[in-house]
Amino acid sequence: MELPRTVDVVVIGAGAVGAACAYFAARAGFRVAVVDRGSIAGGTSSACEGNILVSDKEAGPELGLAQYSQSLWRGELAEFGHLWEFESKGGLVVSAKPATQAKLARLAGRQREAGIDVELVDGPELVGLEPHLNPNMAGGAYYPQDAQVQPMLAAAHLLRLARGMRATVHPDTQVTGFTRTGGKVTGVVTGRGTISTDAVVNAAGTWGGAVAELAGAKVPVLPRKGYVMVTEPLPAMVRHKVYAAEYVDNVASSDAGLQTSPVVEGTNGGTILIGSSRERVGFDKSFNPRVLAEMAVKAIALFPFLADVKALRSYSGFRPYCPDHLPVIGPDRRTPGLWHACGHEGAGIGLSVGTGALIAASLGGGEPALDLAPFAPERFNGQAPGHTTEAAHA
Amino acid sequence: MSRGAALFDVAVVGAGPAGLAAAVHAADTGLSVVLVDAGAQPGGQFWRHPDEKAGLDEGTDNHPVEAAGHHDWKRFADLRSRLYAHEAAGQVAYWRNTQVWLIEPDAVTALGLTPTLDVPASAPDGLPATVRARHAILCPGGYDRQLPVPGWDLPGVMAAGGAQALLKGNRTAGGSIAVVGGTGPFLLPVATGLAAAGVKVAAICEANSPSGWLRNLRGAVRAPEKALEGAEYAAALARHRIPYRIRTAVTEIHGSARVEAVTISKLSADGSVLPGSGRRVACDVVALGWGFTAQLELVLAAGAETCVDVDGSLVAVVDGRLKTSVPGVSVAGEATGVGGASMAVVEGELAALCVAAESGAASAGAAGMGVRIARLQRERARLRSFAVAMHRANPVPGRWHGWLTPETVVCRCEEVSYGELCSAHAELGAGDARSLKSFARPGMGWCQGRVCGYATASIAAELAGRPFEGPAAAADLRSMAKRTLAAPVSLGQLAALVFDGPDLETPDFAPPATDKGHEP
Repeated sequence: MELPRTVDVVVIGAGAVGAACAYFAARAGFRVAVVDRGSIAGGTSSACEGNILVSDKEAGPELGLAQYSQSLWRGELAEFGHLWEFESKGGLVVSAKPATQAKLARLAGRQREAGIDVELVDGPELVGLEPHLNPNMAGGAYYPQDAQVQPMLAAAHLLRLARGMRATVHPDTQVTGFTRTGGKVTGVVTGRGTISTDAVVNAAGTWGGAVAELAGAKVPVLPRKGYVMVTEPLPAMVRHKVYAAEYVDNVASSDAGLQTSPVVEGTNGGTILIGSSRERVGFDKSFNPRVLAEMAVKAIALFPFLADVKALRSYSGFRPYCPDHLPVIGPDRRTPGLWHACGHEGAGIGLSVGTGALIAASLGGGEPALDLAPFAPERFNGQAPGHTTEAAHA
Repeated sequence: MSRGAALFDVAVVGAGPAGLAAAVHAADTGLSVVLVDAGAQPGGQFWRHPDEKAGLDEGTDNHPVEAAGHHDWKRFADLRSRLYAHEAAGQVAYWRNTQVWLIEPDAVTALGLTPTLDVPASAPDGLPATVRARHAILCPGGYDRQLPVPGWDLPGVMAAGGAQALLKGNRTAGGSIAVVGGTGPFLLPVATGLAAAGVKVAAICEANSPSGWLRNLRGAVRAPEKALEGAEYAAALARHRIPYRIRTAVTEIHGSARVEAVTISKLSADGSVLPGSGRRVACDVVALGWGFTAQLELVLAAGAETCVDVDGSLVAVVDGRLKTSVPGVSVAGEATGVGGASMAVVEGELAALCVAAESGAASAGAAGMGVRIARLQRERARLRSFAVAMHRANPVPGRWHGWLTPETVVCRCEEVSYGELCSAHAELGAGDARSLKSFARPGMGWCQGRVCGYATASIAAELAGRPFEGPAAAADLRSMAKRTLAAPVSLGQLAALVFDGPDLETPDFAPPATDKGHEP
């Protein structure tokens, strides 16, 4: 498709976050063009599990964004849920040891105070919820709000809906620079031509740092690699998204070395998805079977029946990770005309729609539903890249 | 996974024509060999034969019963007896019913082994999780390339190779009236094989025409034995009164519980279906073959370069010694370009001798090895030019998509229809095979795209309005062929890598069942 000459908003990135930004901006009446150097949902959105989780988030700004996103997934977007296979399957976090369970109970307490629906369960109750779970667990916490979508379909349908509201979508269109007038970004230069625009939204995910760099703005988004393994199809054996309590610690950690924690869930197709791993190895795509091996060990520890189940395939992707584990959302005061919506780490699918709605409100100059200050792009000023803050997860 | 695993000079994967030749010739030069094959007995698809233990003492020396329906059986019998002798002498470790699920090329190549899925009961005793070898020769072979057609998911419809495998392995044909369709010379042995088994072959539908073949005769003339083979088939067609229809394709398959009839239609020169040319032919067996697809998962998993061959198949890029772009990894047989069993045998020997010459095998310095290698290279070039001529004469019809209906199933594992692929393109913007897979799931099921990969890649190009060729086609084919796990492997076996590997810390999530440390 021909690139438009002039639009109100150019969204860079056709993943889940870019699609949500395009959808909400188009719905707010903006004329939107979405450009992506590859295909629709071809980056991290195609290499994840489609999580919409509240369970793995400490009380704080990210949990607030998760709750806001939940209200959109379950509210005004509910009518489209079947298109992206929205499934409110519920999350079950389990602890192997009483000490871990005590820690989990404290986390659940803080989450409950923030308005999350969570219920502590003891060992025998766990077996009722998940009959094939290893019976020797100390306890767990059940989160009925945890949900899942098929992430590629979510992105593609949000873009389809946006197209129905005059937006245009341009895959295979790489951004190579920006045009500026008096410091303000006024256009996007691509391999296929230039689009003049009032606003640019950087929704390039893991590659958001590189896009920001083209505008001379620093946004420290780093890749954090993860694998997902897919089993043969089976009759329903795992009912919820089940993961070990240590997963929450791994999500919040900034360790560069390999970390794995078991995440196991069934899908409608009968396959079981197994995660998770985290390592900072740049954009190295090479396949390391030892990571799958460690994930297998831990998944079997949760669900012993998995030892005899065949893995059919695996995939890997790069989470867009910021040093403080919070996304970057909002206008870049250093570069007028540029907004950011990237760095959502492993939560981008769930947080996409909240992010899109916040960006659309901000583009229109209105008051967004959440305070954007914790997500401000300038918050890294003066910090060395890679600097870590654990405060949010203390 | 390599710690403590046995180290061989050569690992050969696959015991079909190429792999069998590679293993035997490598062992002949004194190299230690490990041969891994998914079958219960050697021969691959081409020399598939009934259970050796059941049938060995039947027939006569000149016409052993297991040779029925086979070409070049003497060559196979010779290679097989040499293999068994090497196995008995301990020169070849031969793992049957075994698949390679993981390949890690390095200074030595490590192969992860797993019992084949379909025969768990006969899982080999003492199968090591891993073997290592200084050189790997991958001979994964190929399988029938399939194009979807309305009704192809009915019982009674088979791949042409599948029909032949039934005949060779089980001596049954699966019906009484057959239609054989597709393109290429392979349709002839399938049809005559069915006829010899007592099946009435109502028609062979060849999508191309022999005049196309004539234009490429230069390659064919250099392989006179192929012309002779062709003459034999022509005689057999006449003898069995099998109608051979050119520029014709099976464009619809009818039936409720199983195949009852097909519609055969004429194709125009550009490969599109001539409207109104359809004619119904009753049958209860349909065998379809559109050439072959090389089995490339190990080649891709090894990280070797691939390209699209003249027949549209993704193949390994190899040099004159059959080396890939990855040091220590060679490929022989169909995976270097579909060329048939004779060429595969030549390539298997060539790959083995080149490895032997490099690795200073006992007989490497022997006079004649260099001469032999040069001769094999010439023989390979001759057979390759014949294969290229055949591929050029028998392309997949450019407009085969014309016989698809929105309801036609493309991916049988996930039951994805052509209409769903069209919607993924038109509504969701899928412009390549990978996006089609993301939005509509073709290739996500049990076979992981082995059956529908070519068709999905071709449909992606058709929907996007681009020709199915060049780098875009290669990227589409690769996205359907790349698999991190080359074969399904149990999580238990995968987990064993943790305790075997050198670089990994002990997992911090200790299995609770064995955790005695916590307070009550």
